[in-house]
Amino acid sequence: MASDDIYILGINMTKFGKHPDKDSVDLGAEAAMAALADGGVTMADMGILAAGNLLGSPGFGQSLQKQIGQTGIPVYNVANACATGATALRTVVMAIKAGECDMGLAVGVEKLSGAGLLGGGGKKKSDDDTWTPDGRFGAVSSTDGRIGTQNMPGVFAQVGMEYGHKYGGTSFELFARISEKNHNHSVLNPLAAYSKAMPLEQIMGDMMIAYPNTRPMCSANCDGGAAAVLVSGEKLKSLSDEQQRRAVKIRASVLTSDPWQDGCQVLPDVNTLTRMAATQAYESASVGPEDLDLVELHDCFATAELVHYDNLMLCEEGGAVDFFESGKPFRDGERPVNVSGGLQSKGHPISATGIANVWEVCHHLRNEAGDRQIEGARIGLAHVIGLGSACGVHILESSAA
Amino acid sequence: MSETATQIPHVDYLVLGDSPHLVANECSSCGSRYFDRRNACASCFGTDFTKVDISPDGEVTAFTIVAFAAPGVPTPFVAAVIDCDGTQVRGNVINCEPDAEHVSLGMKVKLATYSLGTDGAGTEAIGFGFEPV
Repeated sequence: MASDDIYILGINMTKFGKHPDKDSVDLGAEAAMAALADGGVTMADMGILAAGNLLGSPGFGQSLQKQIGQTGIPVYNVANACATGATALRTVVMAIKAGECDMGLAVGVEKLSGAGLLGGGGKKKSDDDTWTPDGRFGAVSSTDGRIGTQNMPGVFAQVGMEYGHKYGGTSFELFARISEKNHNHSVLNPLAAYSKAMPLEQIMGDMMIAYPNTRPMCSANCDGGAAAVLVSGEKLKSLSDEQQRRAVKIRASVLTSDPWQDGCQVLPDVNTLTRMAATQAYESASVGPEDLDLVELHDCFATAELVHYDNLMLCEEGGAVDFFESGKPFRDGERPVNVSGGLQSKGHPISATGIANVWEVCHHLRNEAGDRQIEGARIGLAHVIGLGSACGVHILESSAA
Repeated sequence: MSETATQIPHVDYLVLGDSPHLVANECSSCGSRYFDRRNACASCFGTDFTKVDISPDGEVTAFTIVAFAAPGVPTPFVAAVIDCDGTQVRGNVINCEPDAEHVSLGMKVKLATYSLGTDGAGTEAIGFGFEPV
């Protein structure tokens, strides 16, 4: 192993679902302590803590550290919408790469059970009974619902429909079949919020949220935490053979924001920044999409998964529908996508997601994924999008010979 | 409501009058268009902008039919992205049944206005959407 490489030494995700008896700090502590134990290290070894929790109290990182060990290390509280977990991970990567420390802890947690729709709504109109222009558009009343939609299922529905308009081949049924794939995958994942197979008719017949996304085609709001311990290659050399064998190499760690594109002020462009991140990650890792044994991508809605096949270059440009129809993204296919069940069934506790998807990939690369193990997996990719936007891509490689 | 009641647009980039239309701030250097104010162009960092009228005619390039929305937002409604002669615009498709049989990708639409109601001072707010042609 090269000294300047960075590895995941320990990693963990909690069961995703309802945790009414645990608060954000409890869930974070559970994931963090399990990640430390998984790596065979303690808080005394950590040189940095990066932590994300969007909906809880400010200063989550410090609260967490008081729960599991206060050593005076720098704590970075990070926030990047649904890419918060990946941002925490990337913060630790940068600290190790900069030589500030040789080990660090990244944690993401969210309590999201029963949160309902995210996004949209806007400010309530004041009741002084006079139309008064307000805000950046001089609006006299809320624009959500009158000038398009700002809610997440609706925004991402349009993202998928836009792809269909550009390249053709999409339909309500196609998007529902993508969801069917992920729900079927989730059956093998004991940590998923929902691990039930769902027939296509049930998915299409369920409650419509924002056409073409029905309820099971939307990411599941739930509680969960995830944490990872990162180590420098140099430090890893001094650790045990077992630690070295289970360590997962971070071949690429990339974070991008959305560059200007015509129309991005109207419908967020989740495509260009993902393609940029993927391009940078493939270059930095010296691998191509054809080398990936599995992919966990940000299927916050069924309509989003389709466009990311293309953005991550798992298919030819414009070829996402054909890619899906070929069977490649199924768990027995050539390029399995979201074998965890994805956000639609595993669940999406937003700040945890960008570490939990890395956990899923690591689990396979360590050959520890049990019933859902992708045999012989050596290289995998984890992708998240936080609307606004931020995109995190990590390419990971098994250390085992 | 009297004929002479004053009107106010829902948003400041909607211009009322005989031929209601939208306006944008266009970057004088690269032509990128913004419905809100920018300190510098997000595309080329230029700092000089001019007002331009947006074509009221367009084509639906993406849509969704929102069945569940935030409290106070009436549903269902059709939210869409409209390509108005090269400028992307966000708006609802109105004066049209909100279902997948009546709304389609590529359908031609034009800007239309409607009343959002009148306030206590007698001012009527006017909103916009896009209706099928």
